[in-house]
Amino acid sequence: MSFSVTEPSVRTKWIAGLLVVGYAIVTLIPLLWIIATGFKSPADSIAYPPVVVFEPTLEGYVNLFTDRTRATEGMLEEAGPPTTWYEEIARERGTVITGPSRYGERFLNSVIIGFGSTALCMLLGTMAAYAFSRFKVPLKDDLLFFILSTRMMPPIAVAIPIFLMFRNLGLNDTHLGMILLYTAVNLSLSVWLLKGFIDEIPIEYEEAALIDGYTRFQAFYKVVLPQAATGIASTAIFCLIFAWNEYAFAVLLTSGNAQTAPPFIPTIIGVAGKDWPAVAAGATIFLVPVMVFTILLRKHLLRGITFGAVRK
Amino acid sequence: MPNQAIESAAKKTLDGVARRIRGLSDRTIAWIFVAPTIFLLLAVNIFPLIWTIRLSFTNFRVNRPNNDVEWVGLRNYERILSDPDIWNTMQATAHFLIWTIVLQVLIGFTLAYLINKKFKGNDLWTTIIVFPMMLSPAVVGNFWTFLYQPQIGLFNYVVAFFTGADPASFSMIGDVHLAPRAIVIADTWMWTPFVMLICLAGLRSIPDSIYEAAECDRASKWRQFWTITIPMALPFLMLAVLFRGIENFKMFDLVVQLTGGGPGNTTTLTSIDLKREAFERWRTGYSSAYAVILFVTVFGLASIYVKALNKVKER
Repeated sequence: MSFSVTEPSVRTKWIAGLLVVGYAIVTLIPLLWIIATGFKSPADSIAYPPVVVFEPTLEGYVNLFTDRTRATEGMLEEAGPPTTWYEEIARERGTVITGPSRYGERFLNSVIIGFGSTALCMLLGTMAAYAFSRFKVPLKDDLLFFILSTRMMPPIAVAIPIFLMFRNLGLNDTHLGMILLYTAVNLSLSVWLLKGFIDEIPIEYEEAALIDGYTRFQAFYKVVLPQAATGIASTAIFCLIFAWNEYAFAVLLTSGNAQTAPPFIPTIIGVAGKDWPAVAAGATIFLVPVMVFTILLRKHLLRGITFGAVRK
Repeated sequence: MPNQAIESAAKKTLDGVARRIRGLSDRTIAWIFVAPTIFLLLAVNIFPLIWTIRLSFTNFRVNRPNNDVEWVGLRNYERILSDPDIWNTMQATAHFLIWTIVLQVLIGFTLAYLINKKFKGNDLWTTIIVFPMMLSPAVVGNFWTFLYQPQIGLFNYVVAFFTGADPASFSMIGDVHLAPRAIVIADTWMWTPFVMLICLAGLRSIPDSIYEAAECDRASKWRQFWTITIPMALPFLMLAVLFRGIENFKMFDLVVQLTGGGPGNTTTLTSIDLKREAFERWRTGYSSAYAVILFVTVFGLASIYVKALNKVKER
């Protein structure tokens, strides 16, 4: 074991660890509650006192993915006995399934638009950040501030002209339109973060590469990009999160075709009143991909944000 | 062989392209790299902004496209700035902004500081803490209304458990005094990790050698904290505040799902008010003027702030 004066003592580590773990547990409770509620029956979900131990059911998920209607005697006779497990769950509540809900397509829209805009945003953002970091761009500070300033506009403020503009271009309520819009919204964040990461890579690396006969482009993608990979990965996660979660533009500019999940999930209602297990099920499914993505990139996320290694 | 001919032709073209690329000056490359970003931002951000400014001087209503559009000069601006309701909205927004930033910076920085003590498993717990900001504010806001339900809500149950109050006796989103706090709590729960991550990056960017030097000089831990940790993490902290400030000034999704601006107008933040004017009352010209005023406010505040940030960085 090496000894260092800057290494915190064991006791300090224990206290810090306990406090952080305590905070983490408290902060996790609402998320765990969402996941748990997704597996509760409607009665359990609104029980008092709130139930922690309950018999799990997939009713919320069935309700999330199907449209149902109250069954009359005639309908039940006509439909015959239930043939599938989800049909059975619906019947237990005196309803019959009339078809799939729109949740599936809304979710797919979120996937297409989220990943599409992230990819585009990283492509443009890395290039712009590299240029701002390495070259003498005229009016550099003004341009950087301009890029950031585009983030200051409340989305509602630009929604009407964008709606009119998209209508003229045929982009209204389309995936492409939303991808372009989200890319523009996220560019400020990606350029600012990425410029910081690239600034930290010593320029000597590239100069050495250039002397070795690399072109500027080769130096960019063979030297700078690998060095900035962690930074790019963590920036990409942030961009994906923002695009995935965006609500204001989605609710104002999309209706049928390209509507994403966030404006859709709060509109989920049951046959009789708000169906919280179905809402929670929808939220759970919506959350899981991003959480998995984050866990997979955990090391990159943390190292990317902390990017101190190159500075030494 | 035709194939070879094609191949050699392709090779020539590639060589040509490569030579041309190699021949580009740094200045040209810089422009090629920056141009797409600038173009997209112009098309999707600046062009609509100019359109908004133009509309703000008219009485245009998007739901009545056949009406004559009249140029009304500054009348929209006069009406907005003399409207006491708008000042109430501004006040609600300021209240929300200040409380969320104070809480998030305090908690976020403390967490980052603790995590930076490098206890075992800090990576795992950092990831767990980051989870809330992964979820869509609209979806979360919608679900928090469930947590905030009197009687059956988990939040009310927990508060009642610790204070002994009746969980049905208070409604976080139905009470005029509690609703502003309800949105601050939900926002702080969500976005503290954002501040924490940026602070952590700042703390980890401080080289150990500086602390080692301070140890050699017999500087106390307390003194090291105030003369090394805080000043060196400050640019990161300020950047975090900048982003949270701008984001929360625009706050719409979480709060609109949580309270819808109510009860009364107690949680009607500017964006929610603007949405009502623009998309419920359809006063396009009027709301465009409103949008311009908001933009000028935030732009002005942010430019002052960025100047301060740059000064801190240069130190």
